[in-house]
Amino acid sequence: MASGATLDWRAQLAVFERMLLMRHFEEAVMRLFKEGHLPSHYHVYIGQEATGAAALEAIDKEDLICTTHRGHGHVVGRGADPGRGLAEILGRSTGFNGGRGGTLHLCDRSHNFLSTSGLVGSCAGLAAGAAYGVKTLGQSKVVAAFFGDGSLEEGLVLEVFNIAGLWKLPLIMVCENNSGGAIGIQGGGYPTSVTSAQHLSRIPECYGITTAVVDGTDVVEVYEALIAAVERARSGGGTTFIEAMTERWPGNQGLWPELATATDLRDAWDPSRSAGPHAKWLQQYDPVLRLARELVAGTMASQEDLLALDKKVRDRIDAAAEFAIASPPPTADTAADGVFAS
Amino acid sequence: MHEVRTVTYRAAVLEALSAEMRRDPNVVLLGEDIGAAGGVLKQTDGLFAEFGAARVIDTPISESGAFGMAVGAAMTGLRPVFEVMFGDFITLVMDQLVNQAAKVHYMSAGQFRVPLVLRTAGGIGANLGAQHSQSLHAWVAHIPGLKVVMPSTPADAKGLMITAIRDDNPVIYFEDRMLYTQRGAVQGDDQSIPFGLADIKRVGEDVTLVATSRMVGVALEAAARLVEEGISAEIVDPRSLVPLDLDTIVASVRKTSRAIVIDGGYLQYGVTGEIAAAIAEHAFDWLDCPVLRLGAENLPVPFSKTLEPLFLPDSARIAAAAKALVRGDAIPGGNYG
Repeated sequence: MASGATLDWRAQLAVFERMLLMRHFEEAVMRLFKEGHLPSHYHVYIGQEATGAAALEAIDKEDLICTTHRGHGHVVGRGADPGRGLAEILGRSTGFNGGRGGTLHLCDRSHNFLSTSGLVGSCAGLAAGAAYGVKTLGQSKVVAAFFGDGSLEEGLVLEVFNIAGLWKLPLIMVCENNSGGAIGIQGGGYPTSVTSAQHLSRIPECYGITTAVVDGTDVVEVYEALIAAVERARSGGGTTFIEAMTERWPGNQGLWPELATATDLRDAWDPSRSAGPHAKWLQQYDPVLRLARELVAGTMASQEDLLALDKKVRDRIDAAAEFAIASPPPTADTAADGVFAS
Repeated sequence: MHEVRTVTYRAAVLEALSAEMRRDPNVVLLGEDIGAAGGVLKQTDGLFAEFGAARVIDTPISESGAFGMAVGAAMTGLRPVFEVMFGDFITLVMDQLVNQAAKVHYMSAGQFRVPLVLRTAGGIGANLGAQHSQSLHAWVAHIPGLKVVMPSTPADAKGLMITAIRDDNPVIYFEDRMLYTQRGAVQGDDQSIPFGLADIKRVGEDVTLVATSRMVGVALEAAARLVEEGISAEIVDPRSLVPLDLDTIVASVRKTSRAIVIDGGYLQYGVTGEIAAAIAEHAFDWLDCPVLRLGAENLPVPFSKTLEPLFLPDSARIAAAAKALVRGDAIPGGNYG
């Protein structure tokens, strides 16, 4: 795609479908937890869908992606099977990792994901290494790393900024800043980003990395920034750091996610529906409702079209959940398989 | 027939690196000062000239980030050999080693392999103080998913490095910098040595000395002393700690009925304890006496020339311990009194 490319209406609809997949997948995760199917703590991607979905639209299928503990959205948004994703989160043998990874480590190599680390910041190292790898092997692929703002508190990430700057790696570092509106320790909540840096993007900038700050709920802005970054990476121009700002979903304020809001597309064009304590988030910051509103307002789709698409995605996720629940767990005799590659 | 030559330990490792780099273009070296400078101990001398900056890469002083990158690069098909300048500095890569490299294959259900070698040199003897002299191999031998090798001779150094580079798993390759100038016979470039195959460095009847890396040479000196006492020591060098050739160790102890395990790492919760426990489990009925452990004293490596040499057991101490076991005498105490 040429520089300056933007999202046409078809592409916006494709992005919207990715976002619905991400959203309903996470809502299914929360439902499965409530029903007692999940064995563990988990992190959900709600509120950040516009960033991931628009970025995935800009990145080629052959390019490599590294994500984090909040990575469900990237995996299903890229087209990986949501049934196998939910199965992995439930620890079932049919999951992407055969039940060896779980929610923190969802990884589908057939969709060109790198191994997923649950350690904050590690994704930057793995992705930069993959970028060095594809560059050394003479491949035209680029690598995208998705991570949160807390990652910039880790020393490894600063080391990687330095090396990526020095070696001009074909790397796109997408920092999904979800600390907007976060309660944090000062407000009596759990810690969120704790940094003395006023502007995160100035840190990689010091190392000669091109940076951009975008509204992470605006699919067009995210997409255009990613297109420029991919082109820069592919043409030998080196690494780009993109900070995508989102307002934290109310359900992600606590240690455990709570279903603070349930998605109903009708809220998009009827603001009076979204009353209650989280009305402001729904009306101003929910990226799914925002894009739904824009698609209808721009006559790119009708309300009925979007509701039909929503129904289709919900049905797909419901089927995925049924598949996951019905899937068998791995058997004990396989536990030691694969400690070493043979 | 392969040509047999006598080379130093350092040169033997270099031969393996250059042979594998010629054989496989995906083998790359990363580390600090390993490029044009040829390594702080000249351990990569000449490789930059032959293979160039694209394959012999100087990293910034960023062990954690650079090693994390080596793991990512290995996932894309490169076969990195990553050098950590001093064995003590593996602490700086520990998260990426333990939480990434060791787990990627298992956690991804085999979707990814991590074919990389972490090469590092440790050991006392150069008066470098407590942060540049340690032997921390037990740290990584504790972690499932990592292979750990400790060559004691030039031939083993070469053969095990070839195997390490060809292995599809993360391999931690521990050199002892005091062995670098030791000379020994090596063979041609395809003389790989499999992991999990211990080498009997000396055949004997009365006591088994299981020794690793530099302690193999010290044990051989001890065996020469023991000959004067009429005692015949067998020396078993495991060569790889993971996988460990327990069969050869146990067979030797069943033959001699006595065992001393000698390693340059700390005694507390260390390699000696692991091997001694395995001997007790598998050769208990054959033992005439308790299994002894000799290793580094449980303290930071002291700097002073009067203290550092006492940090590890020497051949006199190993011989005295072996003699006490064979004669049924009281076991002598440690070096520091």
